[in-house]
Amino acid sequence: MDASEEPLPPVVYTMENKPIVTCAGEQNLFTSIYPTLSQQLPREPMEWRRSYGRAPKMIHLESNFVQFKEELLPKEGNKALLTFPFLHIYWTECCDTEVYKATVKDDLTKWQNVLKAHSSVDWLIVVVENDAKKKNKTNILPRTSIVDKIRNDFCNKQSDRCVVLSDPLKDSARTQESWNAFLTKLRTLLLMSFTKNLGKFEDDMRTLREKRTEPGWSFCDYFMVQEELAFVFEMLQQFEDALVQYDELDALFSQYVVNFGAGDGANWLTFFCQPVKSWNGLVLRKPIDMEKRELIQRREATLLDLRSYLFSRQCTLLLFLQRPWEVAQRALELLHSCVQELRLLEVSVPLGALDCWVFLSCLEVLQRIEGCCDRAQIDSNIAHTVGLWSYATEKLKSLGYLCGLVSENGPNSEDLNRTVDLLAGLGAERPETANTAQSPYKKLKEALSSVEAFEKHYLDLSHTTIEMYTSIGRIRSARFIGKDLAEFYMRKRSPQKAESYLQGALKNYLAEGWALPVTHTRKQLAECQKHLGQVENYLQTSSLLASDHHLSQEERTYFCQEILSFAGWPADSPGTKVVLPMHSFAQLQDLHFDPPNAVVHVGGTLSLEMTVYSQMPVPVHVDQIAVNVHFSIEKNSYRKTAEWLTKHKTPNGIIHFPTEGSPLPASQKSLPALELSEMFERSPSDNSLNTTGIICRNVHMLLRRQESASSLEAPVGVALEDGAHVLRCSSVTLEPGANRVAFRTQAKEPGTYTLRQLCASVGPVWFVLPHIYPIIQYDVYSQEPQLHVEPLADSLLAGIPQKVKFTVTTGHYTVKNGDSLQLSNVEAMLVLCQGENRAVIYSNSREESYTSVFRIQSSDKVTSIGLPATPAYHVIEFELEVLSLPLAPASSGESDTLGTPEIPRRQKDRQKREPCMVTTDHKVSIDCPWSIYSTVIALTFNVPFRTTHSLLSAGTRKYVQVCVQNLSELDFQLAKSNLVDTRGSADLQLTPLNVPSPQHIHSKQSVFFIWELKWMQEPPPALHCQFSVGFSPASEERLSISLKPYIYEFQVESFFTLYNVKAEVLPPAGAEYCRTGSLCSLEVSITRLTDLLEVDKDEALTGSDEYFCTKLMYEVVDNSSNWAVCGKSCGVISMPVSAQATHRVHMEVMPLFAGYLPLPDVRLFKYLPHHSAHSSQLDADSWIENDSLSVDKHPDDQLDCSSVRSRGSVHSATSGEHKGLPMPRLQALPTGQVFNSSIGTQVLVIPSQDDHVLEVSVT
Amino acid sequence: MAVCVAVIAKENYPLYIRSTPMENELKFHYMVHTSLDVVDEKISAMGKALVDQRELYLGLLYPTEDYKVYGYVTNSKVKFVMVVDSSNTALRDNEIRSMFRKLHNSYTDVMCNPFYNPGDRIQSRAFDNMVTSMMIQVC
Repeated sequence: MDASEEPLPPVVYTMENKPIVTCAGEQNLFTSIYPTLSQQLPREPMEWRRSYGRAPKMIHLESNFVQFKEELLPKEGNKALLTFPFLHIYWTECCDTEVYKATVKDDLTKWQNVLKAHSSVDWLIVVVENDAKKKNKTNILPRTSIVDKIRNDFCNKQSDRCVVLSDPLKDSARTQESWNAFLTKLRTLLLMSFTKNLGKFEDDMRTLREKRTEPGWSFCDYFMVQEELAFVFEMLQQFEDALVQYDELDALFSQYVVNFGAGDGANWLTFFCQPVKSWNGLVLRKPIDMEKRELIQRREATLLDLRSYLFSRQCTLLLFLQRPWEVAQRALELLHSCVQELRLLEVSVPLGALDCWVFLSCLEVLQRIEGCCDRAQIDSNIAHTVGLWSYATEKLKSLGYLCGLVSENGPNSEDLNRTVDLLAGLGAERPETANTAQSPYKKLKEALSSVEAFEKHYLDLSHTTIEMYTSIGRIRSARFIGKDLAEFYMRKRSPQKAESYLQGALKNYLAEGWALPVTHTRKQLAECQKHLGQVENYLQTSSLLASDHHLSQEERTYFCQEILSFAGWPADSPGTKVVLPMHSFAQLQDLHFDPPNAVVHVGGTLSLEMTVYSQMPVPVHVDQIAVNVHFSIEKNSYRKTAEWLTKHKTPNGIIHFPTEGSPLPASQKSLPALELSEMFERSPSDNSLNTTGIICRNVHMLLRRQESASSLEAPVGVALEDGAHVLRCSSVTLEPGANRVAFRTQAKEPGTYTLRQLCASVGPVWFVLPHIYPIIQYDVYSQEPQLHVEPLADSLLAGIPQKVKFTVTTGHYTVKNGDSLQLSNVEAMLVLCQGENRAVIYSNSREESYTSVFRIQSSDKVTSIGLPATPAYHVIEFELEVLSLPLAPASSGESDTLGTPEIPRRQKDRQKREPCMVTTDHKVSIDCPWSIYSTVIALTFNVPFRTTHSLLSAGTRKYVQVCVQNLSELDFQLAKSNLVDTRGSADLQLTPLNVPSPQHIHSKQSVFFIWELKWMQEPPPALHCQFSVGFSPASEERLSISLKPYIYEFQVESFFTLYNVKAEVLPPAGAEYCRTGSLCSLEVSITRLTDLLEVDKDEALTGSDEYFCTKLMYEVVDNSSNWAVCGKSCGVISMPVSAQATHRVHMEVMPLFAGYLPLPDVRLFKYLPHHSAHSSQLDADSWIENDSLSVDKHPDDQLDCSSVRSRGSVHSATSGEHKGLPMPRLQALPTGQVFNSSIGTQVLVIPSQDDHVLEVSVT
Repeated sequence: MAVCVAVIAKENYPLYIRSTPMENELKFHYMVHTSLDVVDEKISAMGKALVDQRELYLGLLYPTEDYKVYGYVTNSKVKFVMVVDSSNTALRDNEIRSMFRKLHNSYTDVMCNPFYNPGDRIQSRAFDNMVTSMMIQVC
C-alpha cells in the first residue's frame, strides 16, 4: 500500500520524510486514485495561518499515504512528531445501501472507535462515486442517500468531514470540479491538523523548557524534542522555521555556557566538560550526522560533538536556503566561540588539538561551500570565505611551530610524540571523505607528516590567502599574512624570500604612519638584511633603528654599534664608501651665517655655524663633516652689488630647517606649507599693470607623487656630488642631541654659492643629506670702484649753491693717501669749497662707519678732491656745494612779446598747465685714481624763474613791463632790478617805476617791473633790452659768496605809435540816446601821427618823393554781438603818410541790446599788394571788381554803403581766390603802432518802446 | 571593557592608540591596522547609502579567537577602533555603541580645543582619562 518514493530533486536534498496520512477502507479504490492524488496534492499552494502571530505562509503540501494501522497512532506521552499521522482518511466506493449497512458502516464505526480511543480528531471520509457502477445498478438509491447516511451516522455536526469524489478517473469537467473540491478540503484539513498538532507540540516543548531549572533536566533530551519540531518544519520544507529551532537551541546552549562562566553551573553541562579526546572537525557532508545525534541522545556528546552536530544541521538548512555565505560567516563565529567556550568551561584539551579541529573545520566548511557553488560565485564572495582561509593558515602555522616543523633542524622526539598524539585524536578518516583526494583530513595528516609537506601546505595556504586578500583590496591583511610568511622564511633560513614580504609590509606601515609596526618590521628587516649580507641596506636600516625612539636604549645602542663597528673595520679596498641618508643619523636644525647677510667680498671671511641634531643614542665620532657647495657665476651683475645683497637677506642670518622625521606618515609631513607670493606683470611699454595673481613657489614639492615622497626606506641612490667647493669640519664628536658645527671659508671667486649636500663621514660610512632645503646660498662679490654723483635734493637750482653727494664705492681698489678726484671745471658751474670737508666712510655691509677730513684744492681748470685713505670694499660719502651760474633764456630777436621759454620736449601734457623750469646741463669730467678714463657726470640745473615782457602804450607814451615768475619751491628775494638798452642810444631813456627796495618773491608767484620809455628824437625802430635782477634765497641769512644777478634779454620792435583810431557812435539825429533797433551812425577817424618813418618802408608804401601814401584796410568787428553793422564793415583806404592826416569813415550800426555797450572794434591792417609783377593798381581793381564793389581811388567814395550787410563779416576776399587771381595781402599792424583812443568807451543804449516787434532782416 | 582603543585619522595613521596590557601593544597595533581593511570596506559599501541615514557605528569588524574588533567612523572619516576581549561575553552591541558614543564625544571635545591642531596626535589628558575609564584596569 505504501506509495513509492518520488525521485529526489538533484540539487536540493529533500528529507525523505513527509507528513503521514493513513488510509482505511477500500484499499483497491485508494490504489487506483493514489497516483492522481499524490500528483495533484502538491500542485497548488495553500495558505497556512499560524498561531502566535507568526506570518502566514504559502505551503505546498505533500503527504506520505500509508495504510491505516492501529500501531501508527501515537500512544499517550509519545512525543514523536515525525511518525505522527496527521490525518486519517477512510475511502469507500459503496453506493449500495445494503452493502453499506452490511459492511461499510461497521468498518467505519470500528475505525472511528480506534481513532477516538487515541483521541484523534483529524479524519476524513471520502465517498467515491462511479457513474459506471450506477448505471449497472438502476435500482440503487440516489447517491446522496449513502453520503447522507454516512454524514448522519458519523459526521455529527461535522458534515464537512465527508466528501464526495465523483468519477475520479475520468476526464470530465465534473470530475475536475470534484477533484478540486476534494483537494482543497484535504489540504485544509491537513493544515488544520498541522496547526493543531504542532501547536500542541510546541506547548509541550515550552513546558519542558520552562522546567530547565529543575534538577534532572537534560539539555540533550530537550534538544531531541526541539529537533523533532525542526524536523517537521524541514519535512514541510519550512527551512526557515527549522533553522529557527536550531538557532534557539544554539542560543540556549551558549547562554548556559556563559552562565556557567559566571558561576551559575547546570548539572547537565558537566557532561560537556569531558576532556576533549577527539578533534576530527566538522562533518558537513551528511544531512544528519546520525553518529553524533546518537551521542547526544545518549548524553555522551562532548561540547565539540554537540557544536559540530548543531552546526552541521544549521549548515544543511542554510544551504537549502541558498545562503552559503552565511555558512562561512557562522562557521568562523562558531570556531571562535567553541575555542572560547572550551576555555570558559575549563575543558582540558591537549595542546594543538583545537588547532587541528579548527583547521579541519575551516577546510571542511570551505569545501562544503565550494561543493555547492560555482567558481564565479565563489570568486565574487571571497570576502566571506577569506576569514576561514586566514584562520586555517593561522592554525596550520601554529601547528607547524608546535610540532617543530618550522625549525631549521626539523622536529625532535618530543615534537614527534606530540604529532603522533595529535594524529591519534583525529581518529580514522570518515567514510564519506575517504575517496576525496583533497579532504581536510588527508591534508592535515600530510602536513604534519614531514617538514617538506608542511612547508608545501603552509605556503599553499598562505599564498592563497594573500591572493584572496589582495584581490578584495584588503592589503593590510595581506601584508600581515605576508609578515608571518616572512617570519617563516627567516626560520627556514631563506631570508631572500622573506625580504620582499618585509619590505612590502614596511612600505605599507610607513605610508600610513604606524610607528610601532614600522619599528618591529624594520627590526625583522634588519635581521634579514644582515643574513643577506646587504651591507648598505643593513646599515641604513640600522641607522633608522638606532634613531628610533620606540626601541629601548639598549637596542638602539646595539644598532648604533653595528654601524660603528662596520665603520671601524679596515676597509677592504680604500675608497669604498657606503652612502646612507643623513636624516636618520642626524638632522640639520638651523644654520647661522656671519656676516648675517651671507654676502662677502672677495677675500673676505665667511663663517657658518650649523646646529646638527644627532639622533644616535651614543656619541659618535665623525671624521669629517662637509658641505658641498655649488658655485655659479651670477649673470645678473646688479645682484652682486653690495647694496642689493644687503637688502635681500634675512636680517639675522639664521635659517631654520623644518623638522623632519615626525611620526606622522609620509603623506602628512611631506606636504610643506604653501609658499605663496604675489605676482604683478606690467606692460613693458607704459608700465601699466597687465596681470596680477599669486604663484606658489613650491609647486614641485606639492605636486610630486606621493609614492616617491615616502620612499624613505627604498635604497635611494644618494648621489654624492663632487663639488670643487667644499666646506669642511674635521674630527667632530656628535653627542646625542644638538651639536654646533662651525665652518669657515675664505671667499675667493665672486659668484653665488649654494649649499647642496651635507655629508658626515664615519670611516667608510657616509651619511649624506642629498638636498639642503630651503635653499641656502651665500654670495661672494667683487666690485669695480665706482663713483656716483647725485644731487641731494630732487633737483638742482641754478644760481644758488646746491649740495651734491659724492659716493665712492671703492670695490677692490684701496684708496691710498694722496689719491684724489680731479674735477675739470666748467665755466658756468663752480665747485664751492670752504670750511672743512668731512667724508663718511663705511664698509660695504654698512656695519662700521667713521668720518674723515679731506681737502679740496681748486685751480683754474681743475678742482682736486683729496680722498681719505680707505680700504677696499668700503664706501666714501661726502657732499659738495656747487653753483651753476644762471643764464637767461636767450631771448629771440623777434618781437615775441609773450617771451615763452621753450618747453623741453620730455615734458608731458599734464605738465603743460604749469610752466616748467628751464634747465641747463653741466657736464663735469672727473678723473678717478683707479681709472685712466675720465668719468663724465652730467648735472642738470633748473632755472628758478621764468620771465616775460610786454609793451604797453598810452597814446604815444610807451612802457615796458617785465614779469618774473618764480617756478621753484623756494622763496627768493629780488633786488637791484635794472633794465638797460644794450644799444645804449643816448636819446633813449628808461625810467623805472618800481620800488627800489628788495622784494620777496614766493614760490609759484610773480613780480612785475615797469619802465617808461622816453626818447628825444625819432625813436629807434627796435629796442634791445637787458633786464637784470639780483636774487638770493629768502631763507638764508647770508651767503658765503656773492651771487650773480638773473639776466633776461629781449627786444622790442616797432613800438612807436603811427595811427590813432578813434570811433564814436552817435545817436540818430534828433534823438538823445541810441535805441535798440534803430540805426546809429559810427564815426571812425584814423589819424596818422607821424611823418614818414623807417618802419613805413614796406610794400604798401606808394607815392613819389613828396607824397607818400600807404594803403590800410579797416574792419569793424563786433565779436560780442552787441551791434549789427549795416552796410560795408570794411574797406581799404589810402592813407597819406604825413602827420595829422586823418581819414574818416562813417557807417551805420544798430545796437541789438540796451545798456552800456562797448563800441565795436575797429581793426587796422596794412594792405599789401601781391607779389606778382603786375602793378598794384590792377590788382586792386581786379580785387575790387571781384568784390563787385565800386571802388574809387578817392577814399571818400568808399563809404557809400547802401545796403545792410552782414555785420562782423570778414572781407569777402576769399571769393577772389576761386578764380586763381593774384591776391593782395593783409598784414596786421604791430600793436605798438596803432593806438585806439576810444577803446573801452561805452555808449548808453536805451531800449526801444516796442522792442518786442523788433525786426532785423539780415541778408 | 576594552583592551585597546584607537583613533585613526582619515589618512589611516593613528591619532591615538592605547592598549592594555602594555606587553601586547605591538599585537594590538597590528590588529587595529589590519582591521582598517574592513573599515575601508564598510565605508565604501556605505558610501552608496544616503549620507543622513548613515550609521556611524560599523559593528563588529572581525572576530578573532581572543578578541573582537569593533569599528566606528565619524562623518569626517576619523575612525575609532575598539578591541574587546572575546571572553568578555557581558559586552553586548549596545554597550559597545555607547562606548563609541562616549569616545566620539570626548574626541569632539579634543577637536574643540583651539590649541589642538587637527591631524596631530591626541595628547589630551581628559581624553586619556576617558579611555582609561573604558579599559580594563590591569591589576
